[in-house]
Amino acid sequence: MNPKRKQRLFMTSFVLVATALTVSLVFMALEQNMNMFYPPADVAQGKVPLNQTVRAGGMVLEGSVERASDSLAVIFTLTDHQGADFVVTYTGILPDLFREGQGILVEGELNRAGVFEAVEVLAKHDENYMPPELMDMPGAAPATASTEALPGLGERE
Amino acid sequence: MIPELGLYSLILAGCLALATSGGGLLAAGNPLLQRWVLSLTVGQCLFCALAFAALVWSFATDDFSVAYVANHSNSLLPWYYKISATWGGHEGSFLLWILIMSSWMLALALRSHNYPPSLATRVLAVLALMNLGFICFAVFTSNPFLRLIPMTPADGADLNPLLQDFGLIVHPPLLYCGYVGLAVPFAFAVAALIEGRVDATWARWCKTWTNMAWAFLTLGITLGSWWAYYELGWGGWWFWDPVENASFMPWLAATALVHSLAVTDKRGAFKSWTLLLAIAGFSLSLLGAFIVRSGVLTSVHSFAVDPERGLFILLFLLLVVGGSLTLYAFRAGRGFIHVSYGLLSREFFMLINNVILVVSLAVVLWGTLAPIAYEAATDAKISVGPPFFNVFYVPLGCALAAVLALLPGINWKRTERARLQPILVAGLWGLLVAVLVWFILDPASLTVATAVGLGAWIWITHGVDLWRKRKALSRAYIGMTMAHLGFAATIIGIAITATQSVERDVRMLPQDRIELAGMEVTFLGVKAVDGPNYRAQQGVFLVNNGSGGFSLRPEKRRYLSGGNVMTEAGIHAGWFGDTYIALGEPLDASQGAWAVRLHYKPLVRWIWLGAVLMALGGMLAILDRRYRALRARQLSAGMAVAAS
Repeated sequence: MNPKRKQRLFMTSFVLVATALTVSLVFMALEQNMNMFYPPADVAQGKVPLNQTVRAGGMVLEGSVERASDSLAVIFTLTDHQGADFVVTYTGILPDLFREGQGILVEGELNRAGVFEAVEVLAKHDENYMPPELMDMPGAAPATASTEALPGLGERE
Repeated sequence: MIPELGLYSLILAGCLALATSGGGLLAAGNPLLQRWVLSLTVGQCLFCALAFAALVWSFATDDFSVAYVANHSNSLLPWYYKISATWGGHEGSFLLWILIMSSWMLALALRSHNYPPSLATRVLAVLALMNLGFICFAVFTSNPFLRLIPMTPADGADLNPLLQDFGLIVHPPLLYCGYVGLAVPFAFAVAALIEGRVDATWARWCKTWTNMAWAFLTLGITLGSWWAYYELGWGGWWFWDPVENASFMPWLAATALVHSLAVTDKRGAFKSWTLLLAIAGFSLSLLGAFIVRSGVLTSVHSFAVDPERGLFILLFLLLVVGGSLTLYAFRAGRGFIHVSYGLLSREFFMLINNVILVVSLAVVLWGTLAPIAYEAATDAKISVGPPFFNVFYVPLGCALAAVLALLPGINWKRTERARLQPILVAGLWGLLVAVLVWFILDPASLTVATAVGLGAWIWITHGVDLWRKRKALSRAYIGMTMAHLGFAATIIGIAITATQSVERDVRMLPQDRIELAGMEVTFLGVKAVDGPNYRAQQGVFLVNNGSGGFSLRPEKRRYLSGGNVMTEAGIHAGWFGDTYIALGEPLDASQGAWAVRLHYKPLVRWIWLGAVLMALGGMLAILDRRYRALRARQLSAGMAVAAS
């Protein structure tokens, strides 16, 4: 083989092998690290696979937040205000915008008793932000549409 | 009155952009038109600056009849945040984007005598066409000058407290300089495709601008990461958030472009590939703008959702990508010259570098867009977490580091195997460092030992190389070495911070003591402190690290106008590690108990210092005589022509 062809062959096979390797790795990794999102109704109806990392979300039920007296353990209920709800346990610091009545996301596993053991709690980032996963949920209509046009009329404390 | 003048200026700038692009693209060879394009560019920049100044003026004078000001400012804001609030929301930040675009054009126009007039004219025309698209987007979908009359509010809704920070004053302008700066190599590529001329000189011209844009982008991303670290109160510095990914993708493409341009410059190879990367870089900038501004992706810091804006950017993106790729398909293959090189050559190593960077890019692109594709296809919602990215970035980063460590021993064209010997000996020292790291660190991890060993190897080979060549060092070479040393520092910083950090979330009562990474932290209690537009609860912590002590005062702030609560972390920064304390929430008011987040993050500063070193290296390389000599040569040639 002349050197020109040899070089081209090397280059092409190098690029091809790298591409094939990456594509297969991407799919494998995606399969393992993809977290499905479930609304409260799915969790309540047992559609969520047990002991597997998933995301769930809903509104924090008023009066459901309870802190332990000697640790950072906390327990609260997420609801869709349509009759479906589930209990979440979490140990750690809650985000600044975690409040009762607010829409939040939790990431973790559902255990056999139907309790969601969260390892991460994500809340809205500011007054106008709603996690898009919660957008379609009734009662979670984002404040953005109204408050953007008319400042001062949004939900304020 | 002033806001209306701003809008008129913006529309005028748009008209000038239309004239520039039309004239420049249709008759680039006409000397009269060439001068015309230069003055139009100056005019366009002037009117963009006027429009921006009008918006800044509205903010400075608390003109709440302007809807954008009313939404993003408040009379209680300190003056410097009133100014920076100009780019605190979608409309204003896009006006800043336009201003920066026209500033790049002005810079190009001022240096246009360095380039053949027809090329400069075409480059400016392509840039003007892009800016025309941006201005139309602003005027038709995101007008920052809309008035709220007669329902003028008495006071503004306030700037998001997260943005009331020094980091956010400088982060967007730097980042946009990078994003928009990538339009310049893009325009150079399109102009080269139109003219059918890509050679080493073209690569040298393009390289100056690419390096500049790349350096700005690097600084912008670094600042963003640093800001997230101290302002979000989570103690993390990178979250693989879609918006972060949106800035990381063009950076990867630009990094590949800087290296590929070096090959085109020195050896005349990789021409088509370089052109493709230049097109990809700017297209990814636009994709980033789409991700951030359309609201299609779940992110903690994207702007408000508006389908019309998303559609506009998507169409613009399709036009830019489609148009440039069509041009590429018809023109790129021309003038192909075969340049031969061996496997042990800089050319081949640059190829490996580019493959690794493009694969990294594909991974981020896939991880960012997969949730959208998945939802469109199955209607179920998914999220892709950091583990996905880590699976790829650990091996890819190590591979890139290994290639880089070998680089000083590799010549252009081909290398004698014997020349690699000192590099491999240096590799043994790297191995020694890795073994030491393996035994010292707890928890020990093979990846960390590998990463630190590779980082040390890069330092040794580059350091020795710098010492050997000390008598004949060009600025470009020093710049390159600086950037590579910075990369090694960043890799070491990431590896150590990611695995050796101590993080404790605890419940603390006043006078409680707790041990953190060999230090003793005492919580003295929380007191009330008032700021200009917020009330804060300030925790007081005493940290004793054996040899001495310091106090940290993290705050929990409640902003008066919006009722937003925000965490201000207390950080004691050091060369070898940061002590980081943030207040969680009050747990028991009667006892004064608080949830407290205590972190010790070793070498976290190295991540940003390394990145800053990379950016400075990129900027230093531009000052090289190689690029200025070109101008002097041309000037003397021009004078010779004039004299005859």
